[in-house]
Amino acid sequence: MDDDQGLGRRRWQLAALLSAPLLWLGVAYLGALAVLFLSAFWTVNGFTGEVVREFTLDNFRTIVTQEVYRNVTLRSLGVAIAVTVICVVLALPMAFYMAKVASPRTRHWLVIAILTPLWASYLVKAYAWRVLLANDGPLDSVIGTPGYGLFAVVIVLTYLWLPYMILPIYAGLERLPDSLLEASADLGGRAGRTFRGVVLPLLVPSIFAGSIFTFSLSLGDYITVQIVGGKTQMLGNVVYANVGAANNLPFAAAIACVPVVIMVIYLAAVRRSGALEEL
Amino acid sequence: MRTPAIHLSGLRKSFGAVEAVAGIDLEIDDGEFFSMLGPSGSGKTTVLRLIAGFDRPTAGTVSLSGREVTKLPPYERDVNTVFQDYALFPHLSVIENVEYGLKVRKVPRKQRRERAEQALAAVRLADFGARRPRAMSGGQRQRVALARALVNRPKVLLLDEPLGALDLKLREQMQVELKQIQRDVGITFVFVTHDQDEALTMSDRVAVFEAGRIAQVGTPEEVYERPASPFVAGFVGTSNLLTGAAARTVVGRDGTFSVRPEKITIGAEGAPGTVSEVIYAGPVTRFVVDLDAGARMVVVEQNRRAGKAQRGDRVQLTWQQEHVIEIGGDRAA
Repeated sequence: MDDDQGLGRRRWQLAALLSAPLLWLGVAYLGALAVLFLSAFWTVNGFTGEVVREFTLDNFRTIVTQEVYRNVTLRSLGVAIAVTVICVVLALPMAFYMAKVASPRTRHWLVIAILTPLWASYLVKAYAWRVLLANDGPLDSVIGTPGYGLFAVVIVLTYLWLPYMILPIYAGLERLPDSLLEASADLGGRAGRTFRGVVLPLLVPSIFAGSIFTFSLSLGDYITVQIVGGKTQMLGNVVYANVGAANNLPFAAAIACVPVVIMVIYLAAVRRSGALEEL
Repeated sequence: MRTPAIHLSGLRKSFGAVEAVAGIDLEIDDGEFFSMLGPSGSGKTTVLRLIAGFDRPTAGTVSLSGREVTKLPPYERDVNTVFQDYALFPHLSVIENVEYGLKVRKVPRKQRRERAEQALAAVRLADFGARRPRAMSGGQRQRVALARALVNRPKVLLLDEPLGALDLKLREQMQVELKQIQRDVGITFVFVTHDQDEALTMSDRVAVFEAGRIAQVGTPEEVYERPASPFVAGFVGTSNLLTGAAARTVVGRDGTFSVRPEKITIGAEGAPGTVSEVIYAGPVTRFVVDLDAGARMVVVEQNRRAGKAQRGDRVQLTWQQEHVIEIGGDRAA
């Protein structure tokens, strides 16, 4: 009897402890997502501007059939892929140096150097790049500026999300025992061979973890695009325009579903490849 | 004169202010089973890493079969290593692990598979090729690591405390197997261990390390029976040191002497003392006896007779004169 009572009380304590986070997850997090999905199937009355709560696939039909939206989707996808690939290429040697070459002291400072930009406001950093990339700006007077546009968007997004790629790869390398690298060298493997044969395969989960950040953050971005993108439009801008000027919330919701669907497909592909089960 | 498989000359290695290896000269013969024995931090593993090429010495040279390799990277040295943590590649299957060295050296696929299968069969893991290392037990992983190194037919195999993580039973079994494999393949084994039993059982010769230097090199028998210093006597076996007044009373002259525990009998005559501890250990019993002359002696007796000495008993210890070792000198008394 005493045991039963004790168990019951512990259950209550557990329930009390978890109720707040569960409420948040259920109502605020999943609830908002559900409303988003639901409203994507509604429309707006062209005259009154009021939301018509009737199920229709019109919004999605528009996205798929109209070339503008297809182009915006492909452009966003291209930018997200480019940013992710550049981040991987930059992060790998950087993280490797931090985890395996640098002295503990240098490593310490490098981690701080990578984390500090994250403390600064996103807007400030984006505007800093606007100044950098301006005609007759600092970059222009040294090597020439690509000007505002798609290329500038890729540069700035890469700059913004690079820490999110470096940190998981760095953590992955820290977990990688030095003896594996030594074993490869011992068996005749030069640096390149060791990197391709041992380091890279073991870092796949870390790279995927980082890519989920860089990919999804790039896919949904609209502020950087507005600041340095010139006339470039990405999915986020279309959402923003439909929420604001066009006042078509259902269509904005439908557009917002596009990156969500792309991310779900990406995660499913990662899972299917079995890359995350290797370790 | 034959060229030694390994020749170390004036070898030093410092890490910052710490001198891990403080001047080592050593020759290891071709086909020898050579052990480096010492407490942790005595520099034995560092010497192994200098031979393998993972670290560069601060001073001195490393030569393999007469060729100086001091500045060469590990992948240009004809040695292979069995790591303490085995260092098997977790993303590769067992057979792929064993094939790795051959693949790097561009051995054709068919030949590579054949040799890897032979190597796995040699360590009795023929049917385990498709498994992942993490699905293997500690002893099996250890054998995979051995196969992965031996398949490359190196001139020298370096083993860094390879049995350290195994339980006692498996350890003893692997000691016998390792020795057999070494005899079969006939290559030089350099074996790092802190376990004196292991070093004594397996080796042709043993180097005892103390604080970055070699305190003594010799056959197991030489190192055990004629230790060059009190440190060696204490590290290889129980030393039972007699110094100062105790030496004068018991041995009859000044010096540092040692009598191994198994050479002492508890009898009716000899040096008197009191039993302070009785430790039963299955086949033998260890007695700790405080001699009246002022030394503490450990005596090991086989458990063949009943009526052993008890704690607090007055006893007398005897041994034959030839079993008294004068440390740093010849066996004499």
